[in-house]
Amino acid sequence: MKEFEYIIKDKIGIHARPASMLAKEAQKYKSKIMISSKGKTVDITRLMAVMGMGVKCNDAVRITCDGYDEDLAYEGMKMFVEANL
Amino acid sequence: MVIKGKSVFNGIAIGRIMVYGKEKYAVNKRDISDINRELYRFEIACRKVKDQLADLYEKAIKEVGKLNAEILDVHRMMLEDPDYLDSIKSMIVNQKVNAEFAVAKTRDSFCSMFSSMDDEYIRGRADDIKDVSNRVIFLLQGKEQNEIHIEEPIILLTDDITPSEMIQLDKSKILSFVTKHGSINSHAAILARTMNIPTLVGVDYPEEVNGKLGIVDGTRGKIIIEPTSSDLKEYKKKISEEENKNRLLLKLKGKEDITLDGRRINVYANIKNTADLESVLANDAGGIGLFRSEFLYLESDNYPSEEQQFEVYRTVAEKMAGKKVIIRTLDIGADKQVSYFNLDKEENPAMGYRAIRICLDRQDIFKSQLRALFRASNYGNISIMFPMIISISEVRQIKMIVEEVKCELRAKKIPFKDVELGIMIETPAAVMISEELAKEVDFFSIGTNDLTQFTLAVDRQNPKLDTIYNAHHPAILRMLQIVVDNGHKSGCWVGICGELAADTTLTETFLKMGVDELSVSPSIILKVREKIRSIKIN
Repeated sequence: MKEFEYIIKDKIGIHARPASMLAKEAQKYKSKIMISSKGKTVDITRLMAVMGMGVKCNDAVRITCDGYDEDLAYEGMKMFVEANL
Repeated sequence: MVIKGKSVFNGIAIGRIMVYGKEKYAVNKRDISDINRELYRFEIACRKVKDQLADLYEKAIKEVGKLNAEILDVHRMMLEDPDYLDSIKSMIVNQKVNAEFAVAKTRDSFCSMFSSMDDEYIRGRADDIKDVSNRVIFLLQGKEQNEIHIEEPIILLTDDITPSEMIQLDKSKILSFVTKHGSINSHAAILARTMNIPTLVGVDYPEEVNGKLGIVDGTRGKIIIEPTSSDLKEYKKKISEEENKNRLLLKLKGKEDITLDGRRINVYANIKNTADLESVLANDAGGIGLFRSEFLYLESDNYPSEEQQFEVYRTVAEKMAGKKVIIRTLDIGADKQVSYFNLDKEENPAMGYRAIRICLDRQDIFKSQLRALFRASNYGNISIMFPMIISISEVRQIKMIVEEVKCELRAKKIPFKDVELGIMIETPAAVMISEELAKEVDFFSIGTNDLTQFTLAVDRQNPKLDTIYNAHHPAILRMLQIVVDNGHKSGCWVGICGELAADTTLTETFLKMGVDELSVSPSIILKVREKIRSIKIN
């Protein structure tokens, strides 16, 4: 399992568009990718659930990747998150 | 009849009103026996809606750009969300109910979940779930997606409008959107702005207005139903003014301030605070010819600190990205009173203890401003200008204080750039000794408002004297020529920053006099440019 933490920079937090982009990005990998914030953990491909977490600017999230391509997933998700959130 | 609402997008629309009442979908709950068939129905409906959305997405990219079109893609992804689909499917299986009902119930529960969140943006997502769920229900009910048939361009009044509905409409037929509900931050609002369509929300209109003539005032947030002929005249005028402005912008932005025979002049902007910067850049000013720094003092209930001032000057310098920013040191007193300065009441405040007189008397305030200005000089192209000058000794005193400030900054190793120093010529005395003054400074800026007042001995605050206050008085024009000539003798550039600068009946005169710069209100810049570009001076 690989994981990383990130503090959201985007002023609107994780809203509909980035949530859908996160889900799309995660679907590229076979690993199970979870996102945690403020005590809740959710499968990152569950769009509604991710939006329901209400992640705002300056909130910290942890993203974990678990599976045989977890290294690839880790790199991919990290780059994606840093570029878009 | 005038109904108020919240403005989503400015602009004016005049046209016939169409009230569009959406069908209220009644969703009936039915018990079903063939669960598989019901699941299949739902699957097909989902697939069809996704296709619809894909088509709309393509249309949206063309009309409102990729970023705004994304909302439709989000709708499509909602239809693939496992939680959403599981909720519907399990309801069909476990409660043995029809797909329409399962979708409606799921829609409602997700809606209320989002509506209860404290993030306003997430709350807005409830609209998206409603929008996409209703499309599915519509399809299941065998109805065609609501097509609004519009023959001629209309002002559309409706309860609420979704992004997908907006994208579906033929934009050329919509003059304005007016809705009963909706927020100015919703996706629909964002789309309206992108489409440049005047839009109001929160307008409680009665049904009977269908077919009537209306005027939507997107700037003031209201709709006028059955306007009078004078209303129509007023608004038609506003529309043509707006069109004129846009035409100028299109034609002149980026063009040089140069006459037909190649004579250049700088056209800068007068501003009174940082909020005006947007207008300065939008109107393509060559620089800022007068930044009235007193707003910093007027808007505060105590002396602004050096830090506060520095932040403001730095912001302006940076935003102007290398274009000249001429900041006038504080001109308080006269008609610009500030309580914490504790100024005595005066009989003639215009000729009283004001501007540079206060600064030279209360040097701590003066130096604080100068320090902030010099520190900010590092971030752009700043020049400093001093108001209400009447003597050489004043200027020499100012320059000494400036040197002190520079020494202090050097000692603290705070960097600053070489800053041009200029003075306002706004007193007859300054005009008469302008030849000597020119040797002391780098530039002049003529403040025609005060100069005219003092020269004609007419109080510009007194409306009774309006007919005597002749801004074109030959005395003033003669003074302008004297100041320009004297300035040029010692290598000073000379500009005009009073109201006269914006007078396009005098532009040609100014050019012939040899004026180097005109500083005007941002909204007038392009008008002046248009004039300059149409003149031949030789």
